[in-house]
Amino acid sequence: MHPVYVWELPVRFFHWIDALAIVALAITGFLIGNPPAIQSSMEASNSYWFGTIRVVHFIAAYVFLFNFVIRIYWGFVGNRFANWKNFIPYRKKQWHDIWEIIRVDVLQIKCEDNPNLGHNALASFTYFLVFLVFLLQVLTGFGIYSASSGAWFSSLFTWVPVLFGGDMLTRNIHHILMWFFAIFAMIHVYLVFYHDYIDWNGTTSSMIGGWKFQEEGKEEREKELEK
Amino acid sequence: MSEKQKTYFEIAVEKGYSRRDFMKFSAMIAAMLGLESSAIGKVAKALETKTRLPVIWLHGQECTCCSESFIRSSHPLVADIILDKISLDYTETLMAPAGYQAEKSLTDTMEKYKGKYILAVEGSIPVNNEGVYCCIGGKTFENIVTEVADGAKAVIAWGNCASAGCVQAARPNPTGATPIYKMIKGKPIINAQGCPPIADIMAGILVYILTFDALPELDRLGRPKSFYSKRVHDTCYRRPNYDAGLFVESFDDENAKQGYCLYKMGCRGPVTYNACGVTQWNNGVSFPIRSGHPCLGCSEANFWDNGPFYRHLTNIPGFGIESTADKVGLGLGIATGVGLVAHAISTNIRKRQLIKKKECNPEMDKTNES
Repeated sequence: MHPVYVWELPVRFFHWIDALAIVALAITGFLIGNPPAIQSSMEASNSYWFGTIRVVHFIAAYVFLFNFVIRIYWGFVGNRFANWKNFIPYRKKQWHDIWEIIRVDVLQIKCEDNPNLGHNALASFTYFLVFLVFLLQVLTGFGIYSASSGAWFSSLFTWVPVLFGGDMLTRNIHHILMWFFAIFAMIHVYLVFYHDYIDWNGTTSSMIGGWKFQEEGKEEREKELEK
Repeated sequence: MSEKQKTYFEIAVEKGYSRRDFMKFSAMIAAMLGLESSAIGKVAKALETKTRLPVIWLHGQECTCCSESFIRSSHPLVADIILDKISLDYTETLMAPAGYQAEKSLTDTMEKYKGKYILAVEGSIPVNNEGVYCCIGGKTFENIVTEVADGAKAVIAWGNCASAGCVQAARPNPTGATPIYKMIKGKPIINAQGCPPIADIMAGILVYILTFDALPELDRLGRPKSFYSKRVHDTCYRRPNYDAGLFVESFDDENAKQGYCLYKMGCRGPVTYNACGVTQWNNGVSFPIRSGHPCLGCSEANFWDNGPFYRHLTNIPGFGIESTADKVGLGLGIATGVGLVAHAISTNIRKRQLIKKKECNPEMDKTNES
């Protein structure tokens, strides 16, 4: 086994900032969508907890957005594992590999060792779809936020509710996509453990240190397969 | 026809209004339109010097609540002057003539004021089955509107019906109810949203057109910005309760008595653009939220389909009644969890050898290497 530097520092930072932002956004978002019934004898003028929750949501949204922008930039300047070309299946080989991963890892009808070091083909494609959902979530979120914010940046999104047929529908799409994030997180964490368990390559810790492990001579074989 | 036409001011005086009343009306309208104070003079001067604006007011698929709203404007001058027969050349519900005479007054106005008259449409246009669901004088409403709009200077779409289709356009929209902007192209169109629109908005639009001979500034959905740029939520007097997290939980609880925010009762204030919180209704008497009822979002497209009214999350069609995003999401989450457990079990059985790091299919590995 020899170590390979897979996830560079910006990728790791993106990952954890993204994870924290999503957790913060999902929790505050869920509270905004369905605030708890708090009995209070206080006057409204003495309390602002719901406003605070909304502010946290908005700040986390900005963090989420710009973090996402940096990751897209890194897709053009980062190493081969971070490159944008992995994520969009425009080559026939990528579709072939996706099918292979489905047979080996999802349906488990084919028994084979996993030769991938970065994202496998199916994971890459999934992240491409996830990025599209990120984009949609940013658009719908800032779209409904634009009405209550006078900032020039959020006012760039005033066209979104018009496109989606009103603030109510935009809000609903935003809410439904929150569930996509929750279910994505479940599968994501499970698959990290799964790959660590069967591949023995340090998948879990790789997002902290950046290193993954590979059997001797596998890299050459992988490169040969690429050709 | 040949006699000199009277100005709005002259008519007001004839009706018994004082100059003071007239100036108050001018100031009120200017304030509502969000104009600067110097514009009060412009409005007054326009009403004093200009003769009536020719208006053809058509009724299609509607309930006449727009007209009803209009006559309840904050200032009696509106009903007396603008809506009175003096200003309306043709309107089915209010004009004196009927039958052929009515149709004649329509064609007369269209010819006489070609390119000058304002077409105001109340109601949507049914287009299914060649528009048979709304016929007037043997013509379909679709034909009438297209014909009249042809010679109009501008088109005002009164209310949600004309702006977005309202209830008759709700799923499954059996008559193919269509809003004006989808039917009429190449004419300036103002959408005066609401079911009905606030009377003062309606009067404001007409006075603005009369004074400045132009349309007021419109937003992306064709609504006048001075009335529809803020959400009901932003101008709601219950807003502090929202920020404080104080919500009505049911219509008969203590929180409702305290006048807390109606957000959890399905209030559409946060997603609805209208001036209800500022102008209020019926001469500023009240508006739905002030009366303890959540906003229904009547000035937004599809508001009938965004139901149920008393819940904040819309039903998702195709998943049965009473299925919100949260219920569907929770179901999918549980299904995912079950799937993951099944996958974990399957992994331990089918990948047993791999986990123990034995090549499970040595022959295949060899073919890869060769």
